Amino acid sequence: MSTLTYKKFDEGEGVLPDKMTIYQDCISAFNASPVNAKKCRILLAKLVRLLSIGETFPANEATNLFFSISKLFQHKSVELRQIVYLAIKKLCHISNDVLMVTSSIMKDIQNGDIIYKPNAIRTLARVLDSSTVHATERLFKNCIVDKNPNVSSAALVSSYHLSPESKDVVKRWANETQEAVYAQKYFPDTQFQNVHQEFYSRFPSSTQFSQYHALGLLYVLRNHDKMALVKMVNQLSGSSSPLTNPLAIIQVIRYISKLIEEDPSLADHLYPYLLTWTTNKSEMVCLESAKIILNYKKFSPEQHTEAISVLRDLLNAPRVVTIFAAVRMLNKIAMTNPEKVVVCNYELESLINHSNRSIATYAITTLLKTGSADTVDRLIKTISTFMNDISDEFKVVVIDAIRNLTLKFPEKYKPMLVFLSDVLRDEGGFKFKNTVVESLFDMIHYIPESRDSALENLCEFIEDCEYPELTVRILHLLGDEGPKTKNPTLYIRHIYNRIALENSIVRASAVVALSKFALTEDLSLKKSIEVLLQRSLTDSDDEVRDRAAVSLKLLSSSTDKTSSVILVDFIKPTKKYSLPILEQKLTQYISSSDKASYENPFDISSVPQYTEEEWKAQEYKAKTTVQASEEEPLSDHKGRSGLAGGATETHNETQQAELLQQQYIDEISQITELSEYGPILHSSSVVELTERETEFVVSVVKHIFKEHLVLQFNIENTLTDSELMMVSVISEGEVYQEEFILPVEKLAPRSKGTLYVSFARPEDEETGAPGLFSDTLSNTLSFTSREVDPTTLLPFDEEDEGYQDEYQIEELEVTIGDFIVPSFTADFDKTFAELPSENEEVAVFNLSSSSELQEAVNSVINVLSMSALGNTETVGFSANNHKLKVYGKSINGERIAGLINFVISKNGIVAKATVRSDNKALSETVVNGIA
Amino acid sequence: MGQIFSGMFSKLWGINKEIRILILGLDGAGKTTILYRLQLGEVIKTKPTIGFNVETLSYKNLKLNVWDLGGQTSIRPYWRCYYSNTAAVIFVVDSTDKDRVETASKELHLMLREEELQESALLVFANKQDQPGAMTAAEVSKSLNLTELKDRSWSIVASSAIKGEGLTEGLDWLIDVIKDEQLS
Repeated sequence: MSTLTYKKFDEGEGVLPDKMTIYQDCISAFNASPVNAKKCRILLAKLVRLLSIGETFPANEATNLFFSISKLFQHKSVELRQIVYLAIKKLCHISNDVLMVTSSIMKDIQNGDIIYKPNAIRTLARVLDSSTVHATERLFKNCIVDKNPNVSSAALVSSYHLSPESKDVVKRWANETQEAVYAQKYFPDTQFQNVHQEFYSRFPSSTQFSQYHALGLLYVLRNHDKMALVKMVNQLSGSSSPLTNPLAIIQVIRYISKLIEEDPSLADHLYPYLLTWTTNKSEMVCLESAKIILNYKKFSPEQHTEAISVLRDLLNAPRVVTIFAAVRMLNKIAMTNPEKVVVCNYELESLINHSNRSIATYAITTLLKTGSADTVDRLIKTISTFMNDISDEFKVVVIDAIRNLTLKFPEKYKPMLVFLSDVLRDEGGFKFKNTVVESLFDMIHYIPESRDSALENLCEFIEDCEYPELTVRILHLLGDEGPKTKNPTLYIRHIYNRIALENSIVRASAVVALSKFALTEDLSLKKSIEVLLQRSLTDSDDEVRDRAAVSLKLLSSSTDKTSSVILVDFIKPTKKYSLPILEQKLTQYISSSDKASYENPFDISSVPQYTEEEWKAQEYKAKTTVQASEEEPLSDHKGRSGLAGGATETHNETQQAELLQQQYIDEISQITELSEYGPILHSSSVVELTERETEFVVSVVKHIFKEHLVLQFNIENTLTDSELMMVSVISEGEVYQEEFILPVEKLAPRSKGTLYVSFARPEDEETGAPGLFSDTLSNTLSFTSREVDPTTLLPFDEEDEGYQDEYQIEELEVTIGDFIVPSFTADFDKTFAELPSENEEVAVFNLSSSSELQEAVNSVINVLSMSALGNTETVGFSANNHKLKVYGKSINGERIAGLINFVISKNGIVAKATVRSDNKALSETVVNGIA
Repeated sequence: MGQIFSGMFSKLWGINKEIRILILGLDGAGKTTILYRLQLGEVIKTKPTIGFNVETLSYKNLKLNVWDLGGQTSIRPYWRCYYSNTAAVIFVVDSTDKDRVETASKELHLMLREEELQESALLVFANKQDQPGAMTAAEVSKSLNLTELKDRSWSIVASSAIKGEGLTEGLDWLIDVIKDEQLS
């Protein structure tokens, strides 16, 4: 067929043929004698089209179609045969008895035309099942080593698809596969003989893609055996590598990456291979090897530098897509280690004006991260010139970079503020405006000098803001920050304008913001506010009226001291309710089936409140964990695809933890024996005491009360034919004495139960109050077991009393961290200095258990259960020392601040901890708790 | 002019019309060997047929569409998918397999009862005559109860696909019957 003709079909394009018409036409055309090849081809094309857009047929119709199509094997037309194969492949999943075409296909593979041979091979793989695959072994072996790359590739890919079902058979083709990896295959001259002369020259003589397919299959056959994999990588890497297909090489690079991930000790051995490929003539290969090198912190800084310089060279590549990939990678590295990318600054600057805006944006944001204080001005100027040319999505990226830069160079806030206020005036979607507003918020929070001008900009923005959500947030901020400024009256005008001009939601929040201004010392101001609020009393919306009325009432009664406290508390609350729990409790209240519960008002005191500090600690934690997951190195291939959802997940996690805590409180308050213990001061995270797949799965949560320690054991009986009775856990420690056990009466097969063990917290000799003691508790699960019928869950024999049994589970450590609540302080260094220096304790440890810095840091944070501040929980790329700042409060409310220096030495990781707190004994306990 | 003439002739003799012939029989009877002996004139090495083989033969100016369907128990149920428009059935019996001749008879009569095959002629090859201990055509005919068949043309021929004996003889008879029935 010439590719220079095109026949227009009768039906309009995009109109789908009717399914039943096609079915009828197919059946009659395929059974006709003699077969009209051309008509059948057109019908099959329509059928394939239907099937590929997801249409399907019931099994009996599909089978009818299949048998009818099988009759077309009598016709010799090459073109017809090709589309017959496509159709059979599509029908294989829905038709029965597809093995009926096996012999015909095998004959085509042996003696058929080269044009449809690959189609035949691919179809054969779909038709075979594990019982018929043996008959085709020779055929597949021959095809794998076939000289024609199309045939070889088809056989290799088909074998790959057969391997999950018939691994044993496919394994026997390993030698042929190996041969195909090494072979160089070229298309015969006749391959494209039907193609018009004009196009002929455009076809390559070979792409060697069969190497890629062969490699994929070989890996499937060997990936269970590490040594075999290492051997394979050795043979295929280095300067004598037989591989010429770039995709195949990239595949080997990824196998190398996998090997290193599983066994870091191989890194040194495999690095030279990666390095040779960074100079490959295919840019794809260079990029991939550089990416893998940069991915592993294990590689030395020098090795990383080499990879960076490869990327730097690629920034001058002729192909736009290569530049994009390189600059994107550099940008990611700049997020965590800007100093490494500084060497590329010259090249990056030349990309700022690149005609591809995505490249320019990445270049700019990378420069913003690597930039020093003196380049900031120039950069911002350049960015302003092209902000209008890029999409919102990239604008957000740029704004984020600017925000980070602002926090890094606070002294440079002026030009950035100008920039931000400029872009705020530009057109843009909600997401973009929100990012800008967030950046301004951050500036106000962290750079006090910028506050007044930033607030002014925000005021200007809300004068003409199309997003009520943003206006409401800004009004809230104005209410908080405005009264602290030198000239609060300035903002009042802007706020009042909102009452005059906006919708009821905005008006209501403007009223609240206004009331906050009345709390200043300035009496005349208070008076003016009262006048303004009066006007809102006649508002058309009841919410606005109510808020104004409440504020006025409180303001007018605030003459004496107590009521003014109430007033402040009401208008500017210092504590916030936990919103997820409030929501949960309200839902419970509303959906309660018991009518009587409505007689009592909703009990707001059951919702926990947080102080400003606790709130910030949570917010901070959420923020930093999100960042951490975003900053995960550039591995976006297999196995880590879940990262994209990371941000939302972490957010949910914090909420989940909060809800879990609430659940504990609810559960424990139901138990009479424990309800008198008072509030839970701290609950640990869940600790697993058994493997996940054992007969009995046990996990534990430690709850600290004022005078007691309660262990909550969650036990799952995974057996199907035994029930457990009187399940208890016997825990023995040196410090803690068991008081009583609340056992689980009966644990049916495949069910879960919870039991509690209570301990007394021994007194501290000095203070007389319960002390913060660490201990190790050994645990034994004790129960009476009885066999039951798995289907009815009833015992086989009612008389059977079962037998007493015990089951050893892992030990549980009670650590100092169980008595510490993570907390937040805006300025760690200041807090640390504030704490009395005589309460300082210093100690040096050898952390032999961890070999990696990050691991050591994580474990210390974990053990102490304190929050890491100032992004100190992430260790930099191939760093050999690290400074960790942690902060928390003991359950008695004493502040604890810790400064821990980690250094890698010959004998493992050494940590020097300096801990200060409100109490010398506490400092000592904390320091001792680290090791 | 010549074209029109040959067109008329072919219509007269039915050359344009394809003649569909099925080769059926138990597994290992020699169906595939017979097909390729007829098509290529040589004996090829065969494997049990999973499904079918289809070949077009030109025989005495006629175009024969010959379908060789696999004889394994698992495949026999699908024979019926290929019955329509069949001019003739060639049923192949392994003459040495005395144990299974009864099964063969059962399958044969089951098949002949099918509506779609009422008009088809039947040719039975008593195959593998080259082997020692093979039953004669008469013995096979008796075992298959062929004499019971009254309302169709049938014939039984002793054959050896390996030696090429009896095949053309049988096919000649078949073509005569088909020409007779379809063109008269």
